[in-house]
Amino acid sequence: MLRFWTLEAGPWTLNMNAAVAPARRPIQTPPIPDSPFPYHPGSLLSVDDLALDEVSRILERATALDREDPLQRARILAKRRVALLFYESSTRTRTSFELAAKSLGADTTLISSLSSSIEKGESLKDTGLTIKALGAETIILRHNSSGAPWLLEEATRLPILNAGDGMHEHPTQALLDLRTILAHFDPQSRSCHPELSKNRHPERSRSAAQNGEVEGSAFPIVHVTADTLAGVTVTIVGDIQHSRVARSNMRLLPRLGGRVVLCGPPQLLPEIATQTGPGVSIERDFEAALRQSTVVMMLRIQAERLAGLQLDLDEYQAGYQLTGERLREFAPRALVLHPGPIIRGLELTAGVADGPQSAIVEQVRHGVAIRMAVVERALGAIPQKDRL
Amino acid sequence: MTAILIRNGHLVDPAAGVDAKKDILLKNGRVAEIAGPGKGKQANGAQGEEWTVLDASGLIVAPGLVDMHVHLREPGQSYKETIATGTAAAAAGGFTAVAAMPNTNPVNDSPETTRWMQTPERGAAVRVFPIAAATRGSKGEALNDYAALKAAGAVAVTDDGLPILKDNVMREALAAAARAGLSVIQHAEDTRLTNGGCMNLGPTSFKLGLRGMPPEAESSLVERDIRLVADLRDSRAHLHVAHISTAAALAAVRQARRNGLRVTCEVTPHHFLLTEEHVGKYNTHAKMNPPLRSAADRDAMIEGILDGVVDAIATDHAPHAAHEKQVEFERAPNGMTGLETALGLCLRWLHQEWKLPLGRVLSLLSAQPAALLNLKGRGTLAVGSFADVVVFDPKAEWVFRARDSKSKSRNTPFDGWTMQGKVRWTISEGRIAYASE
Repeated sequence: MLRFWTLEAGPWTLNMNAAVAPARRPIQTPPIPDSPFPYHPGSLLSVDDLALDEVSRILERATALDREDPLQRARILAKRRVALLFYESSTRTRTSFELAAKSLGADTTLISSLSSSIEKGESLKDTGLTIKALGAETIILRHNSSGAPWLLEEATRLPILNAGDGMHEHPTQALLDLRTILAHFDPQSRSCHPELSKNRHPERSRSAAQNGEVEGSAFPIVHVTADTLAGVTVTIVGDIQHSRVARSNMRLLPRLGGRVVLCGPPQLLPEIATQTGPGVSIERDFEAALRQSTVVMMLRIQAERLAGLQLDLDEYQAGYQLTGERLREFAPRALVLHPGPIIRGLELTAGVADGPQSAIVEQVRHGVAIRMAVVERALGAIPQKDRL
Repeated sequence: MTAILIRNGHLVDPAAGVDAKKDILLKNGRVAEIAGPGKGKQANGAQGEEWTVLDASGLIVAPGLVDMHVHLREPGQSYKETIATGTAAAAAGGFTAVAAMPNTNPVNDSPETTRWMQTPERGAAVRVFPIAAATRGSKGEALNDYAALKAAGAVAVTDDGLPILKDNVMREALAAAARAGLSVIQHAEDTRLTNGGCMNLGPTSFKLGLRGMPPEAESSLVERDIRLVADLRDSRAHLHVAHISTAAALAAVRQARRNGLRVTCEVTPHHFLLTEEHVGKYNTHAKMNPPLRSAADRDAMIEGILDGVVDAIATDHAPHAAHEKQVEFERAPNGMTGLETALGLCLRWLHQEWKLPLGRVLSLLSAQPAALLNLKGRGTLAVGSFADVVVFDPKAEWVFRARDSKSKSRNTPFDGWTMQGKVRWTISEGRIAYASE
């Protein structure tokens, strides 16, 4: 790193306003060391770890596995051991990871913080080593501390799948959001059509394929590039500050050419959020944000992470609740997503959640497909030598 | 008592204005004589005395280093460090005097604990100067008896780590310390702004999903403390800002000095070398308080050292057991060890890279901190001062390995870093406390 500044006139002086322009010279500072993570190529800690061709590969495998005959599919990871280590409650993520692993034939075991020795004070490192000793070949971790998957990978050197770490990342959620967006994406008009999902229902496409119809029509896009989402604006609304879903999407979607617009009040969306990377901007006016949106992703207010932050919910709803009127007036073509759990009547109305533009339930279904691909990747990849 | 003759070394004693080849004679724990190269004679000693002769050809001979900010963890947390192991690490790093912070268990808020830390039974390799708690139990309420603590050997008062937030308590502490002839050292952090934070607040903390500690939490308290010193109108009042880390706080100190106030500050090697980016993927060895800051703040620390507003370099040596650091980032304790890396990093970066003259580097590490703590006869090798000496090879490059550390703990982000300048001997009051092989 090379920096410049002025050198003061001489030792021991506090001469800050020297009359003579001081000489400038380059200053070398210590480099930032390269990260040794991920140690295991099957790990999925952050969406940053995935090159675009790996994203394509996961999307491709998700579609292939989704369409595979269930009996054939159950042979892929027959009797392999997958552990789910959950320090936080979860419905969607836990169940879909579990169903994904089981539908590939793997044996799964669930360790949750409330019914294990974690309650007795066992550390994450020791819990991980214990699970490894019991024969687990991969650990799917949900943890309330940001960065926990890195600690677990370093300790166990197993492939670790990040199922959400604190306020940091939720990579499989970003991948399933991407799959949902692509399912509705029309490359010609560069827009999403909510109604497309009806024709592209994976179950229907499987039966369509079995009936001899053209295969591959369900998800025309499985191969993504740096301009796949050019012209697409994804607006993420609400509690960005505490959202791992937002952080993973903010990192992933711009790499495919998409624009991410963040929308929310300053307490939940600090200005520094835009410095996360390119392709991310802030629009505080919800209606102005909606006007630009191809996709609207609503987030839940994370009461469990507010840490004393006072928020006026009435004011929040007045400013940021997605209502049928707002949607009709400002974004009548946009696809509505939500990572769940949704709180009806808070961040969005029941009418919007159940309405024709909503793909919220469909997202859950894409989650199983994506997680099958990710679990397969974790157990299929060959470990590299320890890089310590 | 053994006498030591250090021959043919290059003596750098900034306080005495010496920068030349000299022989130096140490006797009875004091500097007995400084002579021209090759002129120091054993014959000057009385018959029958035991002599050690150290050949310092090609080496720098300098006043033993003084670290005004270390945590030795005794009493109460000897699994992290003891006075014996901490001072062994100090000796290996070239330090002959360390000022030990009071956040022990129990808190060092009494003359008894202050004396206990200095007893020979502790097995200290170099001199330990306790810094006592400013308030009872470091709770920020009732002041301790500063005169009694000073009489027991305390060299300053602080509630390090638990900053004094209440204006009236800090005002009284500054006034009482001024009367006792002690400085008040403040760990400047408005904990009302940093609650729950575990790294610097900024784009990096947002990216990592960690709660941040805003730089204003430091600068606002420094500014408050400076106002209190100004309002006191007592020229003896001395505020020392521990481990300053933000550009704004340093600017406040600079302004206070221009206004003639007795406000001083120290910077740690990690705050002038590393930034929040060094947290990397949740490296708990890069978690400390104050946290690693932005590149702009780090650059301001370098600038402050080069232009002289920074008074001392201190390590904030804060050992923690391995298992305490191998946890989730937000749960890991703050701090890193630093005694064995300070000199090597200062020479490598401040001197070699940024061209700060050697005498000024050494002054920041010895004469200036000794003056701030009012340690008479230390930080210089003028005849009659304590025989606290470091002899090092300024040209030697070496790689620091945490596993070889003399400290009980290994928590440092500088493991594997290249150091400049290798300590050959550390002499504490005329006794060889460390010799490299």
